[in-house]
Amino acid sequence: MPNSHLLLVLGMAAVTYLPRLLPMLFMSTDRLPPVLKRFFDFVPYAVLTTLIFPEMLFSTAQPASAIAGGLLALLLAARGKSLFLIVAGGIGGVFLWELLF
Amino acid sequence: MRTVKRDAFLTGMKNGLPIAFGYFPIAVAFGLLAKANGLPAVTSILMSVLVFAGASQFIAVNLWATGTGCGEIVLTTFLVNMRHFLMSATLARRLGSQPPNVKALIAFGVTDETFALLAMGPEDNRDPGFVAGVNTAAYLGWVLGTAAGSMLVRGLPALLQSSMGLALYAMFIGLLVPGLKGSKANLTVVGLTLGLSAVASWGPPWLTAIGKGWKIMIITVIACALGALLFPGEEEGEGEKDAQ
Repeated sequence: MPNSHLLLVLGMAAVTYLPRLLPMLFMSTDRLPPVLKRFFDFVPYAVLTTLIFPEMLFSTAQPASAIAGGLLALLLAARGKSLFLIVAGGIGGVFLWELLF
Repeated sequence: MRTVKRDAFLTGMKNGLPIAFGYFPIAVAFGLLAKANGLPAVTSILMSVLVFAGASQFIAVNLWATGTGCGEIVLTTFLVNMRHFLMSATLARRLGSQPPNVKALIAFGVTDETFALLAMGPEDNRDPGFVAGVNTAAYLGWVLGTAAGSMLVRGLPALLQSSMGLALYAMFIGLLVPGLKGSKANLTVVGLTLGLSAVASWGPPWLTAIGKGWKIMIITVIACALGALLFPGEEEGEGEKDAQ
């Protein structure tokens, strides 16, 4: 492997690890002001939503199949099915849609 | 004690399987792209082993192929991954006090997907063994997929690749929905986020031009701040996840 590649990979590794590590080490886990605590309670919901929408629509060969699979996953999730079944259902939904249409 | 820890690790790995399945085809695509751009297998595999960040690895290979300098690629990587700062801070709160070496190990595995699983799941998800299991499954999916892709002659069959493209999104939906039942506050935050995401994707060009990593962070901060102002108190039946 050329040295330039090694330099690139090591540089990328350092700047990727730091934002992951620093808050983990230094974020105080005891009492936060209530409003900040509420803020952090909401973070997972907001992050998940930004990850799903709108990228999900373009995650498969055609938006229609992504919507079909996504709706199936949503239906399974709303009925309280297991995560594994939801993922399998979503993948299966896309597979069938693209096979049939 | 030891068996308890191993059980938690294996349970974590099992729970991380959907992430591994989601990562694998993406990693295969990354390996193929790296090879197509003249990066040897050892470079792309080492990148996946040490960097473990999907989007920025794709960007790095593309920039490298266009002759961009090392410093500029590293800076771009940093900007793309700044969002993990917010996720790591949220996870740190949920994990409570752990020895620094445990935290250092767990921190390496923070990705959008492992964060989503760990921040949303039930209380057991705070067990370091469980966290390590989830991270390991995701990591193996990513590294093994890269290895496969950089050695493959052709990509995965199109139909298979397309269907598996939905895997991570289906998982996100599965993680998100249970927390929305009976919580007006969470529903409101999700609604705000959907609106902001739509504007950021199809709004004025100066907004749509912002990189995805920044969009995630900016939208999250705005939506969560509004949520904290609109719903300052915890709702009934909520909050059991946060009991320290």
